[in-house]
Amino acid sequence: MTALLSVEGLGITFGGLKAVNDVSFTVQPGEITSVIGPNGAGKTTLFNMISGVYQPGRGRVVLGGEDVTGMAPHLLARRGLSRTFQNLQIFQSMTVLENAISGYHLKERGPVLADLLGLPASRRRAAAAASGARELLARVGLERAAEREAGNLSYGALKRLEIARALALSPRILLLDEPAAGCNAVETEEIDHLIAEVAASGVAILLVEHDMKMVMRISNHIVVLDHGEKIAEGDPASVSRNPAVIAAYLGTDAETGAAHADG
Amino acid sequence: MRVSAKSATLLVLVVLILLSPVLFPSGYYYRVGALIFVNAIAVTGIVILTGYAGQISLGHAGFAGIGAYACALAPVHLGLHPSLAMILGAAISAVLAWLVGRPILRLKGYYLGVATLGFGILVSMVLNNERQLTGGPDGMEVPDLGLRGLLKDAGLDLTNGQFWYFLCGIVLIAAAWLALNLYNSPTGRALRALHGSEVAARTVGVDVARLKLQAFVISAVYASVSGSLLALQNKFITPDVAGFMHSIEMVTMAVLGGVGSILGAIFGAAVLTLLPQVLTVFAEYEQLVLGLVMMGVMIFLPQGLLPSILRRVRGKDE
Repeated sequence: MTALLSVEGLGITFGGLKAVNDVSFTVQPGEITSVIGPNGAGKTTLFNMISGVYQPGRGRVVLGGEDVTGMAPHLLARRGLSRTFQNLQIFQSMTVLENAISGYHLKERGPVLADLLGLPASRRRAAAAASGARELLARVGLERAAEREAGNLSYGALKRLEIARALALSPRILLLDEPAAGCNAVETEEIDHLIAEVAASGVAILLVEHDMKMVMRISNHIVVLDHGEKIAEGDPASVSRNPAVIAAYLGTDAETGAAHADG
Repeated sequence: MRVSAKSATLLVLVVLILLSPVLFPSGYYYRVGALIFVNAIAVTGIVILTGYAGQISLGHAGFAGIGAYACALAPVHLGLHPSLAMILGAAISAVLAWLVGRPILRLKGYYLGVATLGFGILVSMVLNNERQLTGGPDGMEVPDLGLRGLLKDAGLDLTNGQFWYFLCGIVLIAAAWLALNLYNSPTGRALRALHGSEVAARTVGVDVARLKLQAFVISAVYASVSGSLLALQNKFITPDVAGFMHSIEMVTMAVLGGVGSILGAIFGAAVLTLLPQVLTVFAEYEQLVLGLVMMGVMIFLPQGLLPSILRRVRGKDE
């Protein structure tokens, strides 16, 4: 099995509603796999199960050959799974640089006593994380904003900051939940390039995105969800021609968009 | 730049502690100063727990009580020197905080507040009811630390007030130094991260439960040391030190000054320790005033007195 991540029959029920039902797919290293579907299709819920925020009701998540179903997010982070959020989860009152440094938590953490006493070892760890963070900020074009309070940044800048923070973990797989949402055309293109670059470096990317142009342009593989079920899967060309996908998006089904539990 | 913020805070603190006595109209103010420092030590612990990690405790006086009674009991029953009794008290507080914190810190917001409140009340009840051991509500005597005598023999003759003023001042500086080290350290950053967004902190690998517990234990040790110093200074202790009002005082001092900043919190401790000395009516209406202060600050100065004043002075871009 060469897949880095494999999702097997994953499902969850919220108050009798099957938010996600029996979804399976695999993600390969160095490839961009996108999950698309109408609002309420269960994309974010799926993300939350894979990243350990929700406990799946059924099915398995296998990461690098290890069953990590329902594992706590901080343990998944140690195994190389990193993510961003649809509704930004930025540390608002910290500076941009501190936000990026926090992505190095697993590399910079040490004995709390050393941190309290400000021992050289503690300061060395912090300094190494800070220099790595500065490089990452430069990579996403935020180096000039490093000392600003994150809460003051524009939406698009925060999106990039979140990606920088996620990259700080040197992940094997990166889950991006609508990284381009709310961004203008220029910002979208920047994020676009960044994602392609990260994938080219061998990281597996799992993407949820509404911007269809972007998805079709950068994805290697697309999984289509509707009403919590996988209705299609394949390369961009075949998915965009798939009648079931077209039907789901054009809303021939009267129930499309009904209240599904989605982020 | 960050380092200088830390040095600046420490410098301000050292200068204030050294120079304030010049303004003291009488020796009595050394005692007031020492009381401010004792409170400020506990409040610095609250800053770590609430300001850094965003967790609320309404029971930290319980740990102050443990620190205080350790200094009263251990010298008598275990034959420990009072200074070792203080360390023992801190160790007991740390272990207890760890045991109590493990289940409690899974709770959030108000629930955490209520659970810690329960812990504080429990300690207070034990101290009130174990009369044979603690003397109950009447309190008990605390042995002399003995350090002042040693200093006198060494040629440094301080009044009792001066001695406690400078001893507590030194401990406060050490307490602030540790807390400031923590702020920009990996642990401090992780604490502030989980304060900002628990889910995001988890995503970057922060073991949220463990980090909260560390903050809780550290702040419990601060409260315990504060209680010990209070007991040793007064040479007498009553269960009030562990009482609910004392817990509320700590939180109010921290919130008043600015729970996110060490200097602010110390400032808050100074204001609320001085008030009853200046306004004797305050003593009678302490609960009322504390409540009003808390509400006023929350509504008008949510970041606390000192940060709000600084912001006003520097203009809006801080």
